[in-house]
Amino acid sequence: MLMNLFKFKGGVKPPTNKTQSVGLPIARAPLPSRLVVPLHQSIGGTPRPVVQAGDHVLKGQLIGEADGWISAAVHAPTSGTVLAVEMQAQPHPSGLDALCVVIEPDGKEEWIPRATVDYKSLTPEEVRGRLQHAGVVGLGGAVFPTHGKLTASKTVPMDELVINGAECEPFITCDDLLMRERAEEVVRGIGIFRDLLQPKKVLIGIEDNKPEAAAAMRAAVTALGEDFTVVQVPTLYPAGGAKQLIRVLTGKEVPAAKRSTDLGVQCFNVATAYTAWRAIAHGEPVVSRLVTISGNVQEPRNYEVLIGTPMGELLKLAQPHPDTDGIVMGGPMMGFLVPNADVPVVKATNCLIAHSERLFPPKAAEMPCIRCGSCAEACPHELQPFELYWFSRAKNFGKTQEYAIFDCIECGCCSFVCPSRIPLVQYFRFAKSEIWARERDKNAADAAKARFEFKQLRDEREKAEKAEKLAKAAAAQAAKKAAEAAAAAAAPASGIAESAAPAPAPVDADADADKDAKRATIEAAMARAKAQREAVQPKNTEAVTIEQQRAMDEIESRRVVLAPAAQEPAGPTGKKAE
Amino acid sequence: MFAPAPYLLKDISVSQVMTQVCIALIPGIAAYAWLIGPAILAQLVIATLAALLAEAAMLRVQRKPLAMFLADGSAIVTAWLIALTFPPLAPWWLVVTGTVFAIVVAKHLYGGLGQNPFNPAMVAFAICIVAFPALMSQWPVVGLQQGLIEQINIIFGFSPRLDALSSATPLDALKTSLKLGEGTVDVARLLANQDIFGNFAGRGWEWVAAGYLLGGLWLLQRRLITWHVPVAFIGALALISGALWLYNPAQFASPLFHLFSGGAMIGAFFIATDPVSGCTTPRGKLIFGAGAGLLAYIIRVFGGYPDGVAFAVLLMNLSAPLIDLLTQPPIFGMKDKA
Repeated sequence: MLMNLFKFKGGVKPPTNKTQSVGLPIARAPLPSRLVVPLHQSIGGTPRPVVQAGDHVLKGQLIGEADGWISAAVHAPTSGTVLAVEMQAQPHPSGLDALCVVIEPDGKEEWIPRATVDYKSLTPEEVRGRLQHAGVVGLGGAVFPTHGKLTASKTVPMDELVINGAECEPFITCDDLLMRERAEEVVRGIGIFRDLLQPKKVLIGIEDNKPEAAAAMRAAVTALGEDFTVVQVPTLYPAGGAKQLIRVLTGKEVPAAKRSTDLGVQCFNVATAYTAWRAIAHGEPVVSRLVTISGNVQEPRNYEVLIGTPMGELLKLAQPHPDTDGIVMGGPMMGFLVPNADVPVVKATNCLIAHSERLFPPKAAEMPCIRCGSCAEACPHELQPFELYWFSRAKNFGKTQEYAIFDCIECGCCSFVCPSRIPLVQYFRFAKSEIWARERDKNAADAAKARFEFKQLRDEREKAEKAEKLAKAAAAQAAKKAAEAAAAAAAPASGIAESAAPAPAPVDADADADKDAKRATIEAAMARAKAQREAVQPKNTEAVTIEQQRAMDEIESRRVVLAPAAQEPAGPTGKKAE
Repeated sequence: MFAPAPYLLKDISVSQVMTQVCIALIPGIAAYAWLIGPAILAQLVIATLAALLAEAAMLRVQRKPLAMFLADGSAIVTAWLIALTFPPLAPWWLVVTGTVFAIVVAKHLYGGLGQNPFNPAMVAFAICIVAFPALMSQWPVVGLQQGLIEQINIIFGFSPRLDALSSATPLDALKTSLKLGEGTVDVARLLANQDIFGNFAGRGWEWVAAGYLLGGLWLLQRRLITWHVPVAFIGALALISGALWLYNPAQFASPLFHLFSGGAMIGAFFIATDPVSGCTTPRGKLIFGAGAGLLAYIIRVFGGYPDGVAFAVLLMNLSAPLIDLLTQPPIFGMKDKA
């Protein structure tokens, strides 16, 4: 079938380095000595642990329960004993720790009971629930919980379901091997997505450097009698970015501020479709995934790896060369060096690359930007990276937002082509995190301000209420007095004069006496203080020597002489005095 | 150790970019040395040395790493453009003055590599033609019967600067003749003078310009420059010269003459395409190139200077930031809104 393909602007062609790891079929990685399963393995909430140290778990048993709609459950990758639920280092650029369930395998690989189900007997709600409880998340690397993407927009008709088998990052071949070896299950998984979303078309995009995978997928689609279209897209990084693949296959451009369903299109990775099928039809939660091990190793290969396997242990299978000095998780364009070799494989781990200086030479020194525009030509989102760089560097974050920094997908094309070797993506990450931090600070400050203003409001209200109360009481008092006065007015006037006139006099006299006494006390105190001060204050003329006294006298006498002669020229007199 | 992604980098550096620009100038230089005179080779050496020394001194003053910045090649590109736009028999000190001014003032006083708002080579040309108009308009008679040594002697002042050696550029000759003999001479008759004018532009110079064109096309093919600036520059120059030529062919030279005279070709491919001082958005580059082409023609034909490329480029440099600001392209997914 001939299909009209669209182009996205920009993109780069790094050496693909894929042939090394496709020579051998997928191998099953042996059970590691222990498994460290992080509870937070998807975008969204952090699952709550439901096991504790000492518990015995079966393979596929729930160990972390989803804590919200955008959250996915986590399961024991094998049977064994829970050693601990504790904080452990994570495969994340930050190197921060997170809560993990540590399991010691018992070697039996004892599964929980699994039921084979025909998913067509389930309601869509049940299917989504099962995907969530099986921990199915986007395995392309973004790990967004899959069930959350399986509801079509109510207002926009679902036109296309795009299945991402592009795999554009160099070195990574796990999706390629998955499609070659397990195409049928991938296609069945796509069938589930299709049934839930009811799109008009299903398009499976595969980069044209994977003809075997495309052929296997075509064969599977035909064998299963589906009407999915397998499309070979040009090999151009980042064609495997969801937005780029959607653009290439449908011509639609999903801006940063919109979700793809708003444009009637949804996108899933092939590996996600595979795990969805295993989860729904076979009751198998996501406890393993395919990982490419490549780079500075003797035997690059794809392995089926249990989630939680320490990376260092896994890397040994491919026999890294002795000069290996680190592990990159993900591809060379967007991956990162993991903080240490003990961090575990997680659902987002599609590739481990043994790092060495021979493979990835250290970067040359950063030169000034010469505005050559290569970055803008390479940017698949058609941004102006050199402008963003300029404003990020100047910490002019408002301008970076004007130049759409949040549309940057951090694909690394700009850094790749920069002749000045400027790590542009790092500048953009910095700017984004600063903007977020400021946003948080601003929100916190706004909340504090709101609290303060509310407190002020409350204080004022209380004051007003109090004043009102007092006023009421005073009014009542006045009314009472008025009533009394009215009552008294009825009595003879002389009576009032007699009783009122003498009363003030004693009061005044008392006050005067009081004041006099106080004044006297104060005066006495002041006098005392003065005496004390005079006694204490040093007088520098008191202890002068005879010579000093003589000099002083002389000066005094001169002053006396000078005083009348003030009108005369003072010069000679002054000199004489010396 | 914690180097950030991407770990793979394209094999390209600033010095490689600059080196390729120099390589692209070689066909033009070869034609220049062959047809106009080998003195240009001496001028290239003089300008290069002056530029490197000035660059080194300025880097020293600013305590910037010497080796790294000297190796970037940007000073050499500036030096070569200065040597190629100055008269080939100009005294050595004139070239040195221009080059030092370009590097010290136009480049480093504005912050160095990547920061200069004006094209340093064109600043040098403008300063020198304003300060030393006579020396800057002494162009050699084509077909000079002198060897390299004799030409070098003239450059260094060991031989007398004979008036008979120099003449105006073809552009200047045409303009002056047309102005002097207003109404009595026409372009066709003037161009028939084969001592100055060749087949389609200045004698000899037309082939130098063709050499620059060749190098420029190579730069395009290498994707070191985009098509926008050269096409807009040449297009605008051809359009306005073509229109006036059609209007009065006796008074205005043909587009072909203008495209292959003076600094048109080197300007279109090597000077107006300078990314640091030019525009960077695609539409901005079109405006920049067209503006430079248009201004170059106006200054050439109606202005007081024989060639207008330097002033045209400098004027467009002035407006580049605003043009860039106003021509931001819409980004991915936002095209319908823009």
